[in-house]
Amino acid sequence: MHSSERRERSCEERQSFAAAFSPALLNPEAETPLVVTGPGKKAAVKRYNVYRNNVTVSLINVLAEIFPATQRVAGSEFFRAMARSHIRVTPPTSPLLFEYGRDFADFIARYEYARSMPWLSDIARIERAWLDAYHAADASALTADALASIAPAQLAEVVFVPHPATRLVCSRFPALSIFAANRSDGTSGPIGAGEPEDTLITRPEMEVFARRLPPGGAVFLKCLMSGDAFGEAAFAALQSDASFDLVANIAGMLEAGAFTKAAPRP
Amino acid sequence: MSGQTIGERKHPRPLAGLAGISFKPEHLAAILADGPPKFFFEVHAENYMGAGGPPHQALERLRRDHPVSLHGVAMSLGGPQPLDRAHVERFRGLVERYEPVLVSEHLAWSSHEATYFNDLLPLPYTEATLRHVCEHIDEMQTAIGRPILLENPSTYVVFRDSTMTETEFLREAARRTGCGLLLDLNNVFVSAVNHGYSALDYLSDFPLDHVGEIHLAGHAEASDDEGEPLLIDSHDGPVADAVWMLFETVIGRRGAIPTLVEWDSHIPGWHGLKAEAEAAKAILDRPAASLRVPGKADAQLRAS
Repeated sequence: MHSSERRERSCEERQSFAAAFSPALLNPEAETPLVVTGPGKKAAVKRYNVYRNNVTVSLINVLAEIFPATQRVAGSEFFRAMARSHIRVTPPTSPLLFEYGRDFADFIARYEYARSMPWLSDIARIERAWLDAYHAADASALTADALASIAPAQLAEVVFVPHPATRLVCSRFPALSIFAANRSDGTSGPIGAGEPEDTLITRPEMEVFARRLPPGGAVFLKCLMSGDAFGEAAFAALQSDASFDLVANIAGMLEAGAFTKAAPRP
Repeated sequence: MSGQTIGERKHPRPLAGLAGISFKPEHLAAILADGPPKFFFEVHAENYMGAGGPPHQALERLRRDHPVSLHGVAMSLGGPQPLDRAHVERFRGLVERYEPVLVSEHLAWSSHEATYFNDLLPLPYTEATLRHVCEHIDEMQTAIGRPILLENPSTYVVFRDSTMTETEFLREAARRTGCGLLLDLNNVFVSAVNHGYSALDYLSDFPLDHVGEIHLAGHAEASDDEGEPLLIDSHDGPVADAVWMLFETVIGRRGAIPTLVEWDSHIPGWHGLKAEAEAAKAILDRPAASLRVPGKADAQLRAS
């Protein structure tokens, strides 16, 4: 046997125990893997189930920690069943669990038992964005003075660098109000048929803020975040909503700390 | 014993006699308000692998006054597939940034193919898996530029293919890679009960000279397929009496070793955690002669 063949064979040998052990972890229908047993002549069904339980319950808990308002709105039992279904089709691929659940909002939007709560996935989107902002790189937000130092004639051509924490969530529902009312342990707020809400999530320093954007604000910021110049973004925002207030939106984005730098397009 | 412990980075204060506590960011204010530093604090490395934000701010603040120990839970050293390069690099970055006094990982695996299972999964103990674990330890130690401590697992099943005992496996891994060992006494007790052997016999065969840190924790009790006790390594309660006895035995034999009380769910307030660490500290501070050396009467420790 050549040494390369030997290496390959040894690789397969090593592969075998994990390949045999892992598939049943997330599949309750699967039999206990034959590679394991209890000590002596003892069985390993309940023993192997400890690992199954650790995997599933710990991952449900991870989702419950990332999406507390979603859980509160849906109810704990409903949420945990939904989370379990999600984990089985989309288990984590990264050991960084604060990155898990990026597909959960889309899963909720498709989840047939959640159809009566069409706003639920948008609440999850805000919560996922909130955690992204929490762990994003630290950066100093753009100041009003820095923006004021740009010559007015150049303003239309200015492009902005988004802060690493900045996220936008647009919703056909009052998602931010529902999120805010259910995020803490206080009395959960009523879920009425409110207006659609677009949410800006930022973390200029250590605290995460979620604020409602005025009409046209989401279009304006989305354009700026994708690198469009100030003039183009303002035009697009006005096109989307005639009541778009440029001055108020500039003040709002500065206060929120949504960007780090602004400079005329080279 | 000398102040310097295996796997320990040079630090102004000797670590050997220190007790440690799992760091929970919600305790930071209480820790800082609690007078001069008396403990070391252990963090799960993965919780600090984000780009920025409050976790790093809290850890920066903590480490200014307190020794920090970095405990990895996701390197998957025991798995058959190559280490995740990006994860090794993130780990290296944390070691460089926070200069932890201790660095540890597990004899276990948690990833297979693309999936991260978020549990410490068991492996067969064979010459092939040993070679592979040693390659992984070498790779990690080379990346971070210092030896790690490898932790003995708690297990619920055995592999039909195993050809060596866990203590043989750990001894060989330490000999071949130069790593130290993290002796988790709750894991020793949990595995001993689950597999029907004596925790004291296990410890008699454990290479105590290589131990650079001890873990103590609580466990829960379930039952196996035959209706007999099956202990679960749950980290959700106080340290069991039997585990305290094992601790006294090891400290009596080896002298003081930095010892962490782990508590990861149903966490009591800061003062509850501190009380448990102070109980460990009291044993570390006692002269060896006064420590309990279990005799045959300690049937609880001799599970089989």
